Amino acid sequence: MNFDFSEEQKALQSEVQRFLADRSDLSVARAVLDDASMSHAEAVWREMLELGWAGIAIPEQYGGVGLGYLELCVMAQELGRSLAPVPFSSTVYQFCEAVLRGGSEEQRGAVLAAVAAGETIGTLAFAEGVGFPAPGRIKLRCEQGRLHGEKWPVADAMIADAAVVLAINESNEPCLCLVDLAQDGVQRRALDSIDPTRNQGALVFEGAEAQLLGKAGDSAWAVFRAVLDAAAVLFAFEQVGGAEACLQSAIDFANERNAFGRPIASFQAIKHKLADVYVGNQLALSNAYYGAWALASGADELPLAAAVARVSATEAYENAAAENVQVHGGMGFTWEADCHLFLRRSRSLAVLIGDPGMWKKQITAEFERKVA
Amino acid sequence: MDFEDTPEEAEFRAEVKAWLAEQAAEYDLSNHGELSVDQQLALGRAFQARKADRGYAKVTWPRELGGMGGTPMQAVIYDQEEEKYDFPTVFFGISVGMPIPVMRRFATEEQQQRYLVPALRGEEIWCQLFSEPAAGSDLGGIRLRALRDGDDWVLNGQKIWTSWAHISDYGVIITRTDPSVPKHRGMTYFFVDMKAPGVEVRPIQQAAGGGEFCEVFFTDVRVPDSARLGEINGGWQVAIATLMEERFAVTEASGGGASLEDTVRFLRREFDDGESGLDDPIVRDKIAQWYVAESGINNFHARQLTGLSQGQLPGPEAALSKLVIARKLQAQSAYIMDTCGPAGAIYPDHPISRASDYRMAWLEAAGYRIAGGTDEILRNTIAERVLGLPGDVRVDKNIPFEQLG
Repeated sequence: MNFDFSEEQKALQSEVQRFLADRSDLSVARAVLDDASMSHAEAVWREMLELGWAGIAIPEQYGGVGLGYLELCVMAQELGRSLAPVPFSSTVYQFCEAVLRGGSEEQRGAVLAAVAAGETIGTLAFAEGVGFPAPGRIKLRCEQGRLHGEKWPVADAMIADAAVVLAINESNEPCLCLVDLAQDGVQRRALDSIDPTRNQGALVFEGAEAQLLGKAGDSAWAVFRAVLDAAAVLFAFEQVGGAEACLQSAIDFANERNAFGRPIASFQAIKHKLADVYVGNQLALSNAYYGAWALASGADELPLAAAVARVSATEAYENAAAENVQVHGGMGFTWEADCHLFLRRSRSLAVLIGDPGMWKKQITAEFERKVA
Repeated sequence: MDFEDTPEEAEFRAEVKAWLAEQAAEYDLSNHGELSVDQQLALGRAFQARKADRGYAKVTWPRELGGMGGTPMQAVIYDQEEEKYDFPTVFFGISVGMPIPVMRRFATEEQQQRYLVPALRGEEIWCQLFSEPAAGSDLGGIRLRALRDGDDWVLNGQKIWTSWAHISDYGVIITRTDPSVPKHRGMTYFFVDMKAPGVEVRPIQQAAGGGEFCEVFFTDVRVPDSARLGEINGGWQVAIATLMEERFAVTEASGGGASLEDTVRFLRREFDDGESGLDDPIVRDKIAQWYVAESGINNFHARQLTGLSQGQLPGPEAALSKLVIARKLQAQSAYIMDTCGPAGAIYPDHPISRASDYRMAWLEAAGYRIAGGTDEILRNTIAERVLGLPGDVRVDKNIPFEQLG
């Protein structure tokens, strides 16, 4: 049994953790929260690019570092812990993943090399307002290589250089399109979000030029779902990292805060609450490992493992973030305390790539198929 | 990252599989008709002796003590494979798991020579006399009195929840020897002959009908001082050593109830209107929820086994398993009853199988949440020993035991 990350992967994790503690502590997330004109922490992001983070999992032939999903998982956990306000997940888990899984050799070569070189912020545009897209419900059209319609919310819409956009073609088949966002046919509109530490916006396409990524039809939808599965595993690690930060914050506060003549950490009402948070976090971490294994080994059960990792991590993070506020009491609900940063992030991550209900449906459907 | 055995582990697993397959015809209960408890016990003793001959009765112990000098991981591999059968091993789990390792640590060389091997071979069974009517989660509150009388000690009092006391030959026991000092400092640990005059065992019938738990009454039972384990008034340290006896229990994420696969098969049944139970979105939501919990436990175990395989013993975080499994068993079993409507509360004439009898599982789950550490004590364990939160205020800490209410 070797159900663990390697020594090298753990060393990478420590390195990333040290970097983030040094360059992107919570004051950095808070600066983005407090300043509406800031879309992300540009200086931190630039340093990450210089360190080659954007290309860490991009194969060497496309100019990346050529490490794998397991390395991305441990990095994601640390990014989640630090609440780093950077366009890493949109660029790496979503945009690159879509190009890798759906793109032609030529598209991969051009697009991934630009990401690895730190020249491109990318995103995946799939939502069209309230609800989650289904093949028959997509309105954005791709006709003769031009896009017409609107996508929102889109992560990092205001800063992305390129996007993979889910559309339907002339025959009403779903397709994925690669779009350069720096062109006249693209308008952007900033959106207010529950979590202002991460940029959200709308992309409006009025005849913007686009390239088809792979074939239209069922295969495009399959690529889209596979991208979401991969992203679900990586987001699960971010969520677990955030949940662990919440538990630590609650423990630190409970040990320090005295009431009724003793530290509140000595009351069972607090201890049992935190024990439950710990249990949720451990189950989520263990399920995230399962997702990591399925993703890295290319296992057929990835849709099941990814959905399990996603649901488990979403529940753990939301519970940990809410209980962290609760343990902090009134102070925990002030703008000044950091608790709400995690509370906000936990909720935005919970819905970003499909709500828990959608992923639960996937678990049951996949499990049902396995049971003869 | 993978779920594979190392080559050495795979080789050992193959050996164990082959050996167990050979034993199945003779010892697996499913190859026998209805057997009385006495018959099962006799069959179990014979199987236990065969295990001991191979060193499987205590994989990690040296050969001269009846083990095979194996690693903790090999012990787990043996348990995982044995669990795939229905061998009558239930009578020996506590005996070999808790009292016997304590005897190995605290008994004299001579006593070890006399007692260890017969216990491993199932010729003698040991029980653990810890809890009392007034001392459950708070084990330090035990009252059973041991008074010194020459070379002997005289025991008076009552123990409860002693598993398998009615078939045990010996037991380890914690007693009150000095009530004039605070409670944790006045206890002494012995081993006793369960057939000695003055020992009376009464099985307790549990709410779900099972009867392996007993009450044990001690009336002027004489125990020689040579049967003392540890120091006089140093019994708490020995008790802690018993409870800390590191063993990685192989636990099924289903908690002994219906597997999630069986649950899906059961819920898939069609009702009169032709609809499958699985069409209900609420049912589907519940299945996903249980799957997440079960998968979480299985993958948590896989992480722990990885540590074990690399030579790290599991720490107090292992407490979370039962906490999750027992509550899930209770909720899942109740929900399956719900889907049956009013008939959910009725025992069928022929339950599908013991494993899928969710009515029994639901009832058993109420006890499972208490046995071997209540949900609340397990949360304290996690909070204090894993998260490092302070212990509760102990109002009885420095008060002589005899002055406590």
